[in-house]
Amino acid sequence: MSIFVDENTTVVVQGLTGSQGRFHGLRNRDYGTRVVAGVTPGKGGTDVDGVPVYDTVAEAVTATGATASFVVEAVTATGATASFVVVPPKGAPGAILDAAAAGISFIVCITEGIPAQDEALFYNRLRRDYPATRLLGPNCPGVISPGKCNIGITSGDIALPGGPVGIVSRSGTLTYQALHELSQQKVGQTTCVGIGGDPVPGTSFIDCLAAFEEDPDTRAVMMIGEIGGSAEEEAAAFIARSMTKPVVCYIAGVTAPPGRKMGHAGAIISGSQGTAQAKMAALEEAGATVALNPTEAGERMVEIVKTLS
Amino acid sequence: MDLYEYQGKQYFARYGIPTSPGGVADTVEEAVVQAERAGYPVVVKAQVKVGGRGKAGGIKLAADADEVRTHAAAILGLDIKGHVVQRLWVEHASDISHEYYASFTLDRAAKLHLCMVSAKGGVDIEEVATTDPGAIARLHVDPVDGLSTAAASAIVAEAGLHEEARPQAAELLGALYRCYVEGDCDLAEINPLILTTDGRVHALDAKVTLDDNAAFRHPEWEEFAGTETLDERERLAKEKGLNYIGLSGSVGIIANGAGLAMSTLDVVNQVGGSAANFLDIGGGANADVMAAALEVINTDAAVRSIFVNIFGGITRCDEVAKGIVEALGRVDLRSPIVLRLDGTNAEAGHEILSDHVSDRLVVDETMLGAARRAVALAQAGGER
Repeated sequence: MSIFVDENTTVVVQGLTGSQGRFHGLRNRDYGTRVVAGVTPGKGGTDVDGVPVYDTVAEAVTATGATASFVVEAVTATGATASFVVVPPKGAPGAILDAAAAGISFIVCITEGIPAQDEALFYNRLRRDYPATRLLGPNCPGVISPGKCNIGITSGDIALPGGPVGIVSRSGTLTYQALHELSQQKVGQTTCVGIGGDPVPGTSFIDCLAAFEEDPDTRAVMMIGEIGGSAEEEAAAFIARSMTKPVVCYIAGVTAPPGRKMGHAGAIISGSQGTAQAKMAALEEAGATVALNPTEAGERMVEIVKTLS
Repeated sequence: MDLYEYQGKQYFARYGIPTSPGGVADTVEEAVVQAERAGYPVVVKAQVKVGGRGKAGGIKLAADADEVRTHAAAILGLDIKGHVVQRLWVEHASDISHEYYASFTLDRAAKLHLCMVSAKGGVDIEEVATTDPGAIARLHVDPVDGLSTAAASAIVAEAGLHEEARPQAAELLGALYRCYVEGDCDLAEINPLILTTDGRVHALDAKVTLDDNAAFRHPEWEEFAGTETLDERERLAKEKGLNYIGLSGSVGIIANGAGLAMSTLDVVNQVGGSAANFLDIGGGANADVMAAALEVINTDAAVRSIFVNIFGGITRCDEVAKGIVEALGRVDLRSPIVLRLDGTNAEAGHEILSDHVSDRLVVDETMLGAARRAVALAQAGGER
């Protein structure tokens, strides 16, 4: 089994007609994901490589019965842009709420650079008006249940189907690194979830840990955190309280200087809050195995998996 | 982006938050002009983005023009914790009856806005939070509902602000919330918020952090852009649109993705080295970005080796390889490169680089192995 998405998940790609939407949407389809529709206002009636495009999410859901949505509004590339301006992800909040209003139950938003005020607003709007809808992201690499479904920007070929490890991570490239470390050692994954590095993620570590704990095929969990906020400390409390499955953790940013945003909007040490050291101590205290780098995390997980069967 | 006090006060003024009359001065004579305009007595305040200005001699009271000259001359050029004072804020001195604290920020755990008010202002609020947590009144605000007048009135009362200050403080809190939300602040803090002897409530300091992600809807922020304190390397990186933070070690770092970049710093540290910088070339970086990144690192005299750590997702390894080849042709790199290339199109990337591999461009299979080699090269004094 897997968490959040599987071979039955059907996906609407919001922004399918854009260059990023087309590239990743079709890449997801090529992986085997059931991409059933695209949404771009004003482009209804057209198609992208055979995938029908609708004007609204509601229309697409009625026509195809899609259950998951992949919001590709804008991927900010740190290219040759002016120093002070980020690519405006103005459309993402509206697209997320549209998807929820249309009855979509799982929304993956990879958009980078959404203002924190917008995130706080749509997070709470979803929590209140659409409690059954799960949002993953924004600013995340997405989710992959190897061999079944891939929604997002993860390269499918670095994942290995069959479990028994579930992965949850706040960072994109470190998610790939984790998949790679395990796949190279022939240890498969049930599901790999990138929750994203923004201040108000729709899905938390705890949501994923709880789902992995419930999933019979997941036997162990790798969790990758980073500096900033207190999500890792909250996860540690959950692990101590509710996890029976072994958890291996790695926290990035041990050497990060305080007060500087390390790339992710959420990755900042404020005062004495949010240091890697405090997070590692809390996780160790909770009974998790804490590794000092991604390679070591992979090695520790391989050792644990060997003892499982 | 953190604002200077004077910028924060100007930002507050846009939202109707009362502050003392004052102005900015870059020279002693400008300080006198601003003092005359604000009305004596005045306070001459160093504009630096670091706490503890008062203790460092960066805030002085002046009764007349002569005193303004003396203090302005002393404060301009003063080094406060590594920040050299280049600008002053001169404002009319207030007769303070009481000092309070008020702020809005995001509570990431609760995923709600957090309003904090205290009758114990003028001191480090983190210290109050540890020594006397009961002295801070806290209120979660759901962004869907906003801050109601009733809630604002309740929290200033709960915090124990003096009776006569409460109506004005509650109103000011409403304005501060608007500034925080509509002004896209990560933090909007007033410490101290004061009650004057003649019964007025206003902001005596301003600490504002803006959310860079919201810059697209705030053209007015452009005036703040030129005033950021960046070192030479950071200025160049910003010009080239790179996500760069200068550090003090000898191994230059280039990675794709914030998490991987942070992790690369950590791994270099674990194998006995130290990073010269954090540099995330981001998702989907092309050859140009890679070349620009190498150029920026090449300007750092402390760098002895460069560790390029790429795990291709959106970023394609062949593009990265092209960028490195381009940079090798364009820039006279002082330090050897150690490269680790994995993920999307890694094979094609290695193919492109195969003719260029030498003792100046070393390729290693793993992140840990590459880190060890980069550190060894740095310690051997890799510079030509």
